[in-house]
Formats: sequence, structure tokens, C-alpha cells
Amino acid sequence: MTTFAPEVGAELPPLRIDPISRTTLALFAGASGDHNPIHIDLDVARSAGLDDVFAHGMLSMAYLGRLLTNVVPQQKLRSFQVRFAAITPVHGQPTCTGTVTAIDEVNGERQATLDLKVSLPDGTVALLGSAVIALD
Amino acid sequence: MSIDRSFIGREFPAVSLLVTRSRLRNFAKATGQDQPVYIDVDTAKQAGYRDLPVPPTFFFGIELEAPDPFALVAELGVDLRTVLHGEQKFDYRQMAYAGDELTATSRIADIYEKKGGLLEFVVRKTTVTNQDGAVVAVMGSSTVVQNRPGKEN
Repeated sequence: MTTFAPEVGAELPPLRIDPISRTTLALFAGASGDHNPIHIDLDVARSAGLDDVFAHGMLSMAYLGRLLTNVVPQQKLRSFQVRFAAITPVHGQPTCTGTVTAIDEVNGERQATLDLKVSLPDGTVALLGSAVIALD
Repeated sequence: MSIDRSFIGREFPAVSLLVTRSRLRNFAKATGQDQPVYIDVDTAKQAGYRDLPVPPTFFFGIELEAPDPFALVAELGVDLRTVLHGEQKFDYRQMAYAGDELTATSRIADIYEKKGGLLEFVVRKTTVTNQDGAVVAVMGSSTVVQNRPGKEN
């Protein structure tokens, strides 16, 4: 775990993910409990008019969770939220980034608010979010 | 089509999941998590944890343990293939670990539409408690239903 400098404007070390394979989608379906076939069954995806399956949004949110717990122990995490702005296709290659936007004292606890983003190589923003972490 | 707004306030039967080390290691593998604290029990204990910690987004899956987790989608009259996850939020109250039995109880907090009904949003609020009855996390989840223009129903 690297040391996290809690100042406004500080950026977390980006987390670059290898292209998401079909194996990863199958493993994530099992491990997360989300068996929606749109993510793992090409026949179902095609029946919905799609060219291929796409990644679970919660897989990308889990990557963002890794971005956070790479720099702070998980018990410091107070809240974590995202909006799923675009789907991530199979073989998509997400990059997770985070920036400190505020440092506040809430109920006697120093907290940092971070803006979070998952983007794809073509510039598509797949997830936008934020998190609050305790600093003390 | 339009989702019946009388579903707002609907409460769901509680769903429980006994979290195993094996399941958490599978989750770590699937998400590329290689920090030993999430995989190795001794490392977790050295970090002050009771056991392998339940990672931040894992709680979303508890309710998916229900016998038919997508029954609601059908009951709302929605085709699962038209559904996307819109937003997800977690508020954390305390850590959870392998060995914990976590229970999720949820209700539909809101249903609303955008773009003249082309998009409908179902908002679900869920509380996760552990085997001691303590609240571990509170979740908010928004599901987007994509209705096709001109579709009669």
C-alpha cells in the first residue's frame, strides 16, 4: 500500500486493467452472484440486438474499489458511489483514476472526498463517481 | 410501457449470505485483486482483521442469492435484456469478514421516468446487517429500463 498524500488536487496512482476477457466475465458472474446472461451468453446478447456481451457495471466499480483500497485500508472508506455512464464492451480496457476534491472535518473526523472515473482507451467515460475516506 | 408506480414502497423478503473465504477469493480473482490481505488469512489477521475482509462492492451480490433474483424485473413487466445498472451507492458503517452471515433487506424507494418515458428508473434502498444485527452498509441502487419508442403495452 503506497502512502496517500491527502491534499486537494492529489491524484491516486491510476489503475490500468488488462482487456476484459470472457473468462473474467464468467468468473465475475459467479463470484459476484450476478448471473444476468447479457454479460456471459452471446446468444442472449444477440437476441437483445447487441453485437456482443458487455461487462458488468459492478466489475468496473470493483476496479474502482481496488483503486481506493490500494491507497487506504478499507475500514477508512465511508461512502462510495458511481453512475454508470456507458457500457464497457468485452475486451474493453478500463483505466481507473481518482482525484482529491475536498478535505473536510465531519463530526470530528477529517475526511477527503475524491472524484472517481473509469475511462476506456477511446476516451469513453464508463463510470463517474465519488468516495469519501477518513484521513485520521 | 410504464412501470406501475404502486410498486414504490414495496419491501422484499430478507436475503442472507454466509460469506466464505472461498467466495471472497473467487471475487478477488475475478476482479484482479492481488493484495494479500484479501486472499491470505494470515496477512488479513496481521492487518488487524478478523478474517478476509469483504471488499467494498461485494455487498451488492447478497440479494442476488435469492432463489430468483430477477423475479422483480419480470413482475414489473420489464424485459431483463432492456435493463441497465444506472447508479450504485454504498455507505459503510463497519467492516464485514469471511464467516459473517450478511442479510440484505430492501425496498423500492422510487420509480420515475426521463425522456418522456423512454427511460424509467427504479430506485432500491438496501440495508445490510451482520449476524449480530449490526448495520454493515446501506446501499442505494438505480436500475434503468430502456423502453423502445412507440412500443405499445
